[in-house]
Amino acid sequence: MSRSTLALQVGMLARRSVIRTLRQPAMVVPALLFPLLLLSINSSGLDSATNLPGFPTDSYFQFALAIAFVQGALFSASSAGTNLSSDVETGFLNRLSLTPLRRVALLLGQLAGILALGLIQAVTFLAVGVVFGAGIAAGVAGALVIVALSLLISLGFGCIGAFIALRTGSGEAVQGIFPLLFAALFLSSMALPRNLIETDWFRTVADWNPVSYMLEGIRSLVITGWDGEALALGFACAGGLALITLAATTSALRTRMTRT
Amino acid sequence: MSRGGFISVAFAVGRRNVHNYFTNPAMIIPGVLFPLFFFTAFAGGLSRVESVPGFDFAPGYTAFVYGFVLLQASAFGGIFTGFSIARDFESGFSRRLLLAASRRGGIIAGYWIAAVTRAMFNVLLITVVALIAGLDLAGGPLDLLGLYTLALIVNAGAMLFGSGIAMRLRTMQAGPAMQVPVFLFLFLAPVWVPYDLLVGWVHTAATVNPITLALDAGRGFIAGDPTKVLPAFAVLLGIAALSVLWARGGLRSAERAA
Repeated sequence: MSRSTLALQVGMLARRSVIRTLRQPAMVVPALLFPLLLLSINSSGLDSATNLPGFPTDSYFQFALAIAFVQGALFSASSAGTNLSSDVETGFLNRLSLTPLRRVALLLGQLAGILALGLIQAVTFLAVGVVFGAGIAAGVAGALVIVALSLLISLGFGCIGAFIALRTGSGEAVQGIFPLLFAALFLSSMALPRNLIETDWFRTVADWNPVSYMLEGIRSLVITGWDGEALALGFACAGGLALITLAATTSALRTRMTRT
Repeated sequence: MSRGGFISVAFAVGRRNVHNYFTNPAMIIPGVLFPLFFFTAFAGGLSRVESVPGFDFAPGYTAFVYGFVLLQASAFGGIFTGFSIARDFESGFSRRLLLAASRRGGIIAGYWIAAVTRAMFNVLLITVVALIAGLDLAGGPLDLLGLYTLALIVNAGAMLFGSGIAMRLRTMQAGPAMQVPVFLFLFLAPVWVPYDLLVGWVHTAATVNPITLALDAGRGFIAGDPTKVLPAFAVLLGIAALSVLWARGGLRSAERAA
């Protein structure tokens, strides 16, 4: 099959995936609203935490802005998984398997919906951050890097949703993993920098939790500017997650298509 | 009609829902898991906040967070019972129940029995985890009685609010309409720090939020230093009474549709 045919297939499925995601307010609105609501409540409720010695900024809003990006990405998992499980449940995937469509086109097409939602989220959260005075210490270039890192995180979590959907073919199973992903966010350096976490076991979990480094990558660009180590760790964790989950999703898709 | 009819309907509905609850992990997990997440994340991750100037809760941060998580678990026990009501309407069970029950008020009472059981189970699990994590319950037996009574009133209010919605809309899609207002009431209160340390719009919202009173009273009981007890009970009982009227209206609406 020629490269142009593959591009055409990817384009058509990507268009379907993007339109389908954006057409469902129940998917887009909570994915934007809940992270912003949590950001707003957190930043008012925990502003006094900035008085702790060693807290990196005097604005908790600036510190908490990164949470919105990762929390938004968690919604990508739900969105991608729900859409794909619906394709399995309705038999759309079965029908596609009878066509000469390439698996890679199907996967890339589906992922386009995740990335579209991720892009809308990242731009919205950045705009809200700037409007409410968070400022981006790394400047315009830093904002672009935040969008890139945020998309990579969305891709990683989105692939988890897609993987569960392909393995189980059930929307309920996809919804069932949401609390576990939420736990990953909660057991990270979400609320305080790791060096200020007092409880030993929690700090150890946060140290091992890749979500901490994703948060810290974004946070570094917002608060301190260009921090090579934080960015490298953030991109490594997000990229690693995306790579592993993409491989798992590809394998699950192969199994699913063979089964059908 | 006899009072026996009311009680037998209530116990039949309550028994069925309690049985469904304890035999279906999908129903147990969300109500327990979310408060546990909050407890571990805040008591573990935010314990340093007790060093912030102005934080003056003597039993410590774990106990401070427990005061919130206790009310949250109780409220979730109520709201998730509202989900069960909606599911019963979707499956057609409630329609048959409305036709069969001799005293329909007993249906709400039955769901309330289930809500209380759920809340007690959630609270028991969370209390065990909190005690393992070093919770210091400084209050005496009377304080604890006050604390858990407060939690049960919150549970009843949430359940009655949820049932009013579920019986009016009669679909699982009404879930967010039950959950979101309760979430907002719970979180627009002094969750992580005392009221005086809140800033911005959340401080303003907490001023008029009845959950602030409940939290202050609950944390007072935990510390063995009861505070704002009468206003808290008066406001919560008032809300519960209004919720009874709301749930009754829901039942009337369901009866008309049956």
